[in-house]
Amino acid sequence: MINNSDRMDRITEALDEASEIKGRSLWADARRRFFRNKAATGAVVALFLVVVFVIIGPSFAVWSNEEIDWNVMGMVAEKGAPSIESGHFFGVDELGRDLYSRTIQATRTSLIVGVIGAIVAVTIGTIYGATAGFVGGWVDGLMMRFVDIMIAIPYMFIIILLMVMFERSFFMLFVGIGIISWLEMARIVRGQTLSLKNREFVEAAKACGVGWFTIILRHIIPNLLGLVVVFASLLVPLMILIESFISFLGLGVQEPQTSLGALISEGAGTILYGTIWQLFIPLFFFLVTIISLFFIGDGLRDALDPKDR
Amino acid sequence: MLNYILRRLLTAIPTLLVLVIICFLMMHAAPGGPFTSERPLPPEVLANIEAKYGLNKPLYAQLWDYLVGVVTRFDFGPSFIYKDRSVNDIIAQGFPVTLTYGTISFVVATIVGVAMGVFAALRHNTWVDYLAVGATFSAQALPNFVMAPILVIIFTWQLGWLPGGGWNGGQWQYVVMPVIALSTSYMASIARIQRTAMLEVLHSNFVRTARAKGLPNSTIIWRHAMKPALMPVVSYLGPSFVAMITGSVVIDLYFSTGGVGLHYVNAALNRDYAVMLGVTILYGALTIIFNLIADIVYAWLDPKIRY
Repeated sequence: MINNSDRMDRITEALDEASEIKGRSLWADARRRFFRNKAATGAVVALFLVVVFVIIGPSFAVWSNEEIDWNVMGMVAEKGAPSIESGHFFGVDELGRDLYSRTIQATRTSLIVGVIGAIVAVTIGTIYGATAGFVGGWVDGLMMRFVDIMIAIPYMFIIILLMVMFERSFFMLFVGIGIISWLEMARIVRGQTLSLKNREFVEAAKACGVGWFTIILRHIIPNLLGLVVVFASLLVPLMILIESFISFLGLGVQEPQTSLGALISEGAGTILYGTIWQLFIPLFFFLVTIISLFFIGDGLRDALDPKDR
Repeated sequence: MLNYILRRLLTAIPTLLVLVIICFLMMHAAPGGPFTSERPLPPEVLANIEAKYGLNKPLYAQLWDYLVGVVTRFDFGPSFIYKDRSVNDIIAQGFPVTLTYGTISFVVATIVGVAMGVFAALRHNTWVDYLAVGATFSAQALPNFVMAPILVIIFTWQLGWLPGGGWNGGQWQYVVMPVIALSTSYMASIARIQRTAMLEVLHSNFVRTARAKGLPNSTIIWRHAMKPALMPVVSYLGPSFVAMITGSVVIDLYFSTGGVGLHYVNAALNRDYAVMLGVTILYGALTIIFNLIADIVYAWLDPKIRY
């Protein structure tokens, strides 16, 4: 009997707990699906490690990113290889600067470019697309015709033109990348808005006399959020790729600033001297970042895609 | 069909005009003219030179002259840096090279990508499929500027099979590495798109019907599944061709193939706006034409599109 009542207690306890379980929201559902995806979870961990490295890495650095180690300068191939004793954990670059600090600096630049570029693109694209789709009519036609024309222009050349014409700076890079990257976003958002705008909740808002911009901001955009998140997560690696491409050509950020593309370019130029770490260390960080961002984007798409439920 | 093509052509023309005008205005908004140098010229000399190039006219007149030159004579004007060569000479010299390996890369990426995608879809959830998915996933993160040095390390350095750069009239040894470097990441994208599309088609009702009728597998795949499964790839071909053309800048720079890209980067570094403008317009025109072709092929393949 005692045993039995014990069990009863446990069952009541379990039932009590069960009654406290709340229904899962759509986002909680998506989160659960996302973390069940092993590749995506691994990618989050990898990306997290890269970010942590960028944040706390500098405090372990023996050399700053601007100091030149005069002892190895001119003998980079023989003496500049990665070693713990000399304090150059990742070796030195062509000029004798510490590659460890340079890599941290470059990774930070690339991550910032990716995130800010994506934020700019998403903000402009979402508002533009939602407005075009919601207002409709000739406004929509005009706005989307403009996007069609802009999309047909080879953007890489426009960015290079911008970077050459105005002073090469971070700001111009963002402007250049921002100008072109919102276009695709605007198209996708517009399509989705068209299907949302005749739904009942929008009609109800209209009937209450809510202004059109408020409807877009409060009713349309929250419903677009899943799509936007997926697209934004795929935009980040794209931005990093574009920036690296431009920096590889030597037209991106300027010294003493650097980015992963610039470091890969330098490393690719000096492999002939046998300084192979100058290519492979930045390349490693580049690939880890890009591949994990790809996996995260893919995982988010699977998690948020209503088709898959 | 003809009607549709004509209509698309008519929308392509204003796009091209807008492109030319935007680039032209950007060029003129740039601080510092082409003849401002560290040693300033006497003002009279400068005025003479500017008169020779028509730079003393009002902006709209310059734009008009340029447009007329481009449209009627395909004349992009003189270079601002090279005395003996016009922009046309530079393009005529470099473009055939770019076009050669660009086209080869495009064909290779399409054929291999489609084949890989179909093969992976047909062997869905086997190790072949996993291998293909894994390979394409990592290959997508290998853009041309990463592939180029890696290829040189392997094939020129370690194995010594291929020359590390140059063009040599397009001898095959010189073409292999540019083509691999340029096509890898697009091959991977095409393969992924093709695999997804093929899987979707293979699970659709009409394929099940075909199987139920007892058609042989090869007929189902070639006659029924292939065409709809190619649609998403076709719509991706336009953008990927454009991206490859853009990527050729890196290839020209790294392998010294002597294509247009090298001149473009040199022009960008020397502020030779005339060359930059000419090349941008040329590539923009290619972009627009290729998107047009892709749209037409798409309309021709897809019976659901009414034109």
